Amino acid sequence: MEEALTQHEESTHGLVESGRPLTIPGFGRPLKSEEMVVNMGPQHPSTHGVLRLELIVDGEVVVEVIPHIGYLHRCFEKHAEHMVNYQQVIPYCDRMDYIASMNNDLGYAVACEKLLNIKVPERVEYIRVIMAELQRIASHMLAIGTYGMDIGAFTPFLYCFRDRERILDIFEQTCGARLLYNYIWIGGLSHDVPLNFVEKVKDFCRYYRPNIKELNDLLSYNKIFIERTANVGVLPADVAINYGASGPVLRGSGVKWDLRKNDTYSIYDSFDFEIPTGTGIMGTVGDCWDRYMVRVHEMEQSLNIIEQAVDKIPAGDVQSAVPKRIRPEASEVYVRTETPKGELGYYIIADGTTSPYRVKVRPPTFVNLSILPAISRGAMIADVIAILGSIDIVLGEVDR
Amino acid sequence: MKEFLISILQNEILVYALMAFVPLLWIVPFALFAVWWERKISAHMQDRLGPMRTGGWHGWAQTIADILKLMQKEDIVPAAADKKLFVLAPFVVFVGSYAAYAVIPFSAAYVGSEINIGLFYLIAISSLVVIGLLMAGWASNNKWSLFGAMRSAAQVVSYEIPIALALLAVVMIVGSFDLQEINRAQSGPIWNWFVFQKFPFLFIATMLYFVASLAEVNRTPFDIPEAESELVAGYHTEYSGMKFALLFLAEYANMFVVSIIGATIFFGGWNSPFGEFMSGPIWGVFWFISKGMMFVFVQIWLRWTLPRLRVDQLMYVGWKVLIPFSFVNIIGVGFWVMMGR
Amino acid sequence: MIAQEISDSLKAQFGDAIVETKFDGVLDPYIKVAPEKIKDVALFLRDNVQTAFSYLMCLSGVDYQEGRLGVVYHLYSMKWNHKITLKVDVTVEHPHCQSVESVWKTANWHEREAYDLFGIIFDGHPDLRRILLPDDWEGHPLRKDYQVQEYYNGMKVPY
Repeated sequence: MEEALTQHEESTHGLVESGRPLTIPGFGRPLKSEEMVVNMGPQHPSTHGVLRLELIVDGEVVVEVIPHIGYLHRCFEKHAEHMVNYQQVIPYCDRMDYIASMNNDLGYAVACEKLLNIKVPERVEYIRVIMAELQRIASHMLAIGTYGMDIGAFTPFLYCFRDRERILDIFEQTCGARLLYNYIWIGGLSHDVPLNFVEKVKDFCRYYRPNIKELNDLLSYNKIFIERTANVGVLPADVAINYGASGPVLRGSGVKWDLRKNDTYSIYDSFDFEIPTGTGIMGTVGDCWDRYMVRVHEMEQSLNIIEQAVDKIPAGDVQSAVPKRIRPEASEVYVRTETPKGELGYYIIADGTTSPYRVKVRPPTFVNLSILPAISRGAMIADVIAILGSIDIVLGEVDR
Repeated sequence: MKEFLISILQNEILVYALMAFVPLLWIVPFALFAVWWERKISAHMQDRLGPMRTGGWHGWAQTIADILKLMQKEDIVPAAADKKLFVLAPFVVFVGSYAAYAVIPFSAAYVGSEINIGLFYLIAISSLVVIGLLMAGWASNNKWSLFGAMRSAAQVVSYEIPIALALLAVVMIVGSFDLQEINRAQSGPIWNWFVFQKFPFLFIATMLYFVASLAEVNRTPFDIPEAESELVAGYHTEYSGMKFALLFLAEYANMFVVSIIGATIFFGGWNSPFGEFMSGPIWGVFWFISKGMMFVFVQIWLRWTLPRLRVDQLMYVGWKVLIPFSFVNIIGVGFWVMMGR
Repeated sequence: MIAQEISDSLKAQFGDAIVETKFDGVLDPYIKVAPEKIKDVALFLRDNVQTAFSYLMCLSGVDYQEGRLGVVYHLYSMKWNHKITLKVDVTVEHPHCQSVESVWKTANWHEREAYDLFGIIFDGHPDLRRILLPDDWEGHPLRKDYQVQEYYNGMKVPY
């Protein structure tokens, strides 16, 4: 202890007294004397997991943000190509964006089905869409709730969790799991839905619509909340596209862009829904409030989709198209789907064996997070939190 | 009360010690109760139950259990901290808020020290707290703590001005800094309370005082110094065990101080709202504490409803809204007083 | 604009830099480009009105074994709603490829990831550091012949 202490002192003194300018990897120039480096994370209440942001600050003003990721790196891609076969990748997909596991599985299943040229039964498609949209609502609830907490409002967080619980109950009834479902399989589903599923889902839709209004009254149109988020972290549309932003981050910048409509998959083309975009009514188009509000409106649209789908579920067997053995011919495919966070792409190379040769995931939050330095320069520390929250990252997916 | 005690105990020093001890008998149970209360209120606002097990009935003993836990915890002083200041800071903070109780008139019969510049003393002594916070933040040798301390200093310094100006409006009317005098000036029916007097000036002063007092005690929406989603915990990031408990205690004691100052100055202090009915020294304590708790409740209520302002917006509210308003207000009160002559 | 037309206009513009094209019998048609020309090709594809590939969907590193590494670019045009895949082959001995960071900013982190996991060096990248693994990690794990290092800072790695 004593020894470690003196060593520590020596090392800091050495750094200061040697007269070398302090340089930081990823930061272009030496540090000025009025600037200070602050580590935000990996243990920090509002970095949403184990993200570490190296902030270079001048007082409260942020000069540069250097994100350090990888604390949750679990070698998903290595696992997928080495250890497991095609079906066994799905549990790993679950664990990427653990807030929206259904959507991850759906993307992977769609990619593999394209690789294998499988046509899935109608019933499966309908159930998948309902599940994916429920999961989207659940994910947005979490994003909105924690965003409120980032801004300092605790109560919306609990309200969102209370409502999210109802969705998780439906999932639990269906497949027994509340977080990591392993429900959507290649070519089908692991279980059929329970008997009262339709009733439950309708109940939820009826229950949740008024609660969105409550959320808006409590948080979205709160004066302080608007002050904190409007005109903060403005992301112009062209920058957003150049940075490859997707999902609510891109739509918040006013780009009417949703893969469910623009590059449709599954049976999304048979539903009637809107794509909400940022309008800038509280500040500038593409500010944090717009990104936040896009999520709120998307929940309403997801409810619309669910209500349309739930009445039309056809009868059938959910496992009739599940292949016994998956061995695609040597080929490759890039399939992208719209998860709550944005464009989730799977680039799968098959080499004719039972396990993939290469699976590259294009995680939406990994790409969205790379925008953070660009839009938080010159903001204040509190704004960095607001911007980070509005991007809605999940570290399980950023780091894979 | 002092004279009465001296007459039975025949020892002035003992009496002073006793008198000084009395507020502590209130602060500690109050803090324990208020923490539990805050938990229960927030829980019910958030559609959950809060502590339900400890102690049986609705988890009433939860805070006591927490205090016991905090007492047993290892008292960590970071290796790189400035040890003396680090240890001293919680005491300075606590002394700052405890010293304020010296002039608080709990009832017509009890006030720790009946000095005739009571209000002036209050405003002065409450600055001691911010020195403690600065000490805590600086001594922790943690950048987040330092941010918290700097924010806290800037905030408290800015918001003391509207507080002082709002309180000064009442002093101009009463013509005395003596809190008992101010209380007596409000006796009688409920409309004699200063919040309803000289409409609208003193009503505005009440509002200004209340908003500024939230900033003074770092409550939402002005909880910027300890903004936990930004600064982890601000100046008390590095504190643990009893020192943390002391900072926590001081925070709640402070909450109550600003609440009862508001109650004393604007809401009649220990005066009963029903005129002569239910008044007297004992009822005085009841009314006084009830009014204080009312304000504490409002503070808790706001905390669980509102988001947090950013530090520059806080400064904006302080310097460009509250201070000009309080200056205009004080001129208005001045005219009123002049006309009254 | 279909893949054939894109490849024709690229061939007219860059000639030899287009190494190989394949449109039939694959799910995603691709064009293979020489690694030292990829930036120009990317810039052309982005700025040409007919192609307008404004969006880089994905950038992946691949280890094809037998000493070959690859970079795969999935491009998308929001204007014309068409896609194309670009591929670049590099060798393990000389894993250098031009960076497209200046064309699409999103390539910044993707290229860092490919560098981190495959050891492909992107010339012209402003900040080519490891991104997922620690800075002092040895080797590039997604290569097929990767062997885990025995010790990392005194900690035993294979569990």
